[in-house]
Amino acid sequence: MTAAPPPSPVPARARLARPVSGDPAAARPVLSSADVARVIDRMAHELLEKTRGGDEVVLLGIPTRGTTLARRLAARVHAFAGLTVPSGSLDITLYRDDLRLKSPRALESTDVPAGGVDGALVVLVDDVLFSGRSVRAALDALADLGRPRAVQLAVLVDRGHRELPIRADYVGKNIPTSLQETVHVLLAEDDGRDAVLLGPADAVREDRARP
Amino acid sequence: MKRHLLSAADLSYDDAILVLDTAEELAQVSERTIKKLPTLRGRTVVNLFFEDSTRTRTSFELAAKRLSADVITFSAKGSSVSKGETLKDTALTLEAMGSDAVVVRHSWSGAPANLARWIRGSVVNAGDGTHEHPTQALLDAYTMRRRLGRLEGLRVTIVGDILHSRVARSNVLLLSTLGADVTLVAPPTLLPVGVGSWPAQVSYDLDAVLPKSDVVMMLRVQRERMGPTGEQAAAYFPSAREYSRRYGLDVRRVATLADEAIVMHPGPMVRGMEIAPEVADGVRSTIVEQVANGVSVRMAVLYLLLGGSDSAIGSPS
Amino acid sequence: MNHLLKNVRPYGESATDVRLVDGRIAEIGTGLPEGSSRVHDGAGAVLLPGLVDLHTHLREPGREDAETVATGTLAAALGGFTAVHAMANTDPVADTAGVVEQVWRLGREAGHCDVAPVGAVTVGLGGQQMAELGTMADSAARVRVFSDDGKCVSDAGLMRRALEYVKAFDGVIAQHAQEPRLTVGSQMNEGVQSSLLGLTGWPAVAEEAIIARDCLLAAHVDSRLHVCHVSTAGSVDLLRWAKNKGWKVTAEVTPHHLLLTDDLAATYDPLYKVNPPLRTQADVDALREGLADGTIDCVATDHAPHALEDKEAEWGAALPGMTGLETALAVVALTMVETGRLDWRSVADRMSHTPARIGRLDGAPEPQGRPLAVGEPANLCLVDPGARWTVDPHESASRSRNTPFVGRELPVRVVATFLRGRPTVLDGKPAPA
Ligand SMILES: [Zn+2]
Repeated sequence: MTAAPPPSPVPARARLARPVSGDPAAARPVLSSADVARVIDRMAHELLEKTRGGDEVVLLGIPTRGTTLARRLAARVHAFAGLTVPSGSLDITLYRDDLRLKSPRALESTDVPAGGVDGALVVLVDDVLFSGRSVRAALDALADLGRPRAVQLAVLVDRGHRELPIRADYVGKNIPTSLQETVHVLLAEDDGRDAVLLGPADAVREDRARP
Repeated sequence: MKRHLLSAADLSYDDAILVLDTAEELAQVSERTIKKLPTLRGRTVVNLFFEDSTRTRTSFELAAKRLSADVITFSAKGSSVSKGETLKDTALTLEAMGSDAVVVRHSWSGAPANLARWIRGSVVNAGDGTHEHPTQALLDAYTMRRRLGRLEGLRVTIVGDILHSRVARSNVLLLSTLGADVTLVAPPTLLPVGVGSWPAQVSYDLDAVLPKSDVVMMLRVQRERMGPTGEQAAAYFPSAREYSRRYGLDVRRVATLADEAIVMHPGPMVRGMEIAPEVADGVRSTIVEQVANGVSVRMAVLYLLLGGSDSAIGSPS
Repeated sequence: MNHLLKNVRPYGESATDVRLVDGRIAEIGTGLPEGSSRVHDGAGAVLLPGLVDLHTHLREPGREDAETVATGTLAAALGGFTAVHAMANTDPVADTAGVVEQVWRLGREAGHCDVAPVGAVTVGLGGQQMAELGTMADSAARVRVFSDDGKCVSDAGLMRRALEYVKAFDGVIAQHAQEPRLTVGSQMNEGVQSSLLGLTGWPAVAEEAIIARDCLLAAHVDSRLHVCHVSTAGSVDLLRWAKNKGWKVTAEVTPHHLLLTDDLAATYDPLYKVNPPLRTQADVDALREGLADGTIDCVATDHAPHALEDKEAEWGAALPGMTGLETALAVVALTMVETGRLDWRSVADRMSHTPARIGRLDGAPEPQGRPLAVGEPANLCLVDPGARWTVDPHESASRSRNTPFVGRELPVRVVATFLRGRPTVLDGKPAPA
């Protein structure tokens, strides 16, 4: 029996969390910090419009940055309409269709607001809409949580190249891309600043971008 | 690469924390209406129980089913494994059936290690002889962390038949990896020769240790240890009464514990022997939670071993 | 046929030629003329007297699936042995003149090496009633070594009587020293490893307590005691004490106890399960020292072949034992010669002269373990001291595969063995009859 190894300075969870892939330094900005704020504001307004005042809406972000976006959207809705929209997170790891292709990864948090999702209008929130596979996984995960009245999708960036019949109800910015490019969404809470960058595809693809 | 969970020593600090964190997320599934995840769809998990243990077997079964794995259970009683079929034959049969993981409980120490050499899938030790029971240690650590918020520096006292306890071995290894301070309390006859090399303190005096404990884990003491029974080795202690007096956890002793301290027992209990009924059912007791937590922890272990193209935790073949 | 061994080094000393005529060493000297002899170029190989094993399990009768007298003795010849003592724990037990004569005869018929049957001390190894030791001694098998090996003669009164009784025919009791009450359910050495592995311990004291008792008994009745497979540092100390007293106590150590430790049990591979168990490095060191200084008299293989199904099992369900005839000399070279503890003359003493003397084969009608000298029987083995080889159980002549040295590279290789002038092994292979 050996003595305990010294605890790792980096918690296992942080170690295994998905970083922004590639090198943002090599990418060019598509949205500035101010642009991001403006886009989120617009999305909040659209959301209030399309949901007739945001009643019975539950925002569920897909970790990590989708969760942050959901929280921001909820804050802006509150600022504009004085309405408290519950927001939470929905981990899709265990529902992904590419689980078999990689090492099992650490789970993200699933945090469903106290009222649950039954009968609610659930708005799934993600940073980038690409193949649509993450959204497909999120729909499956949601179905196991309960039965929403309806489900909508909000994304900060739609970069195209869908592989499934999925479209977003709220799009912050359409950014036409080639498959040789990568979209980096940076948010202050997760990355220290707000920006959307477009860069060359990396050797290690961001796994969320292409399940 | 497929890996195995044969010993708590197979888990690094990061591995162990990953299991506990994963279990924390998976615990939510047990609270939902639909207690099922598609994660292990198409995977086959074989529960191979050469020794009776309804609790552990059903816990693993439920864990695998909640992850949508196909589950086959062989219990030694009434199947070919009890009729002289060798472990090796059984292993080859399991291979032929294409099992992805084998959860094995066996009365011989090391049987899971043998199995791991003979099959391609992952092997999870669900208790082998007097060796180890790593998922029990994981669920114990999980329970401690949930109740007390931390493991680092936690003072854990394990009381009872350390010599024959696979739970004690796995707990000592895992808890020391996780930074807890473990003290073993037992009559000297129930401590193994060589225990001095373990990463744990040893005491013969329960009353002295209790006030300095955050967690007290009581181990079952089997009555057959009292002997003398024919060919068996001599008795380890004179009588149940004396054992209970010196090492049993009764109401008077519990009163000397710190306010926050908890009482654990891996079960099955011998009420009135190592633990008084009032203590087992008291507010400090985590005995019922331990059972529920077992499912989450085992889901986490199965997911991390089988959920991907290779394993995220464990020891290589 | 007569043989001329050219350029060989008796006891690893200076090179010479040796001629074998009519089963005896006829000439030793440089530049011997070839004459009509069949010439074998030794190329500087070490010439040793044929090795003698005091402790071999040949498994016949009873477990012919694991070993037979023929396969076991062929393995012995390949390992450089010209005589082995066949242990009594067969089925039926070798506790009557009938069984020991059968085993002895099977050995003669196979012709690979001499077989000296060991007689059981008690009927059926039951530890209750003394077997007919005198009848076995008087049989064609000329039994001189008596042992319940596999079991300990644990009853002190019975042990005393057996020690006394065999004095009448210059016999010796070879004790498997294991106090049974201290080893109930034992699986491996009791210590740090057993505590971690959850395997029931076999404490050193269980061996040492019996050795101490038996030394005192042997002294009390002035009899010969031989201690089988000594495995602990404490046992070496006890033997040193008994020898200093001048008591007639001898002891053997196995090659595996000279090399392997209980760390290997961590694999749970029953290949490393043996009785007495592998011990710690401190024990290994003490055993090597004891063998070097003569406290331990000889090396014996405790060759214990087991069928596959008895080894491919859980540790607790597997049978204890290791094969060892073909690797014994190499392991002794590795642990004792290459480390400078023994020279080849001492190896000949520990593996031929002394075990033959303990078993009283040196004065038998067909003597074994005699010195390399003109006129002595030509029981020889020729060893390539520079060879290195990797142990492959599938190349073994034994019917079993349970060598703990599998995959290890070992030094020195037996290239030829002669039994009374007839080659049983040539070029490292069985010699054609
Ligand atoms: Zn023996």
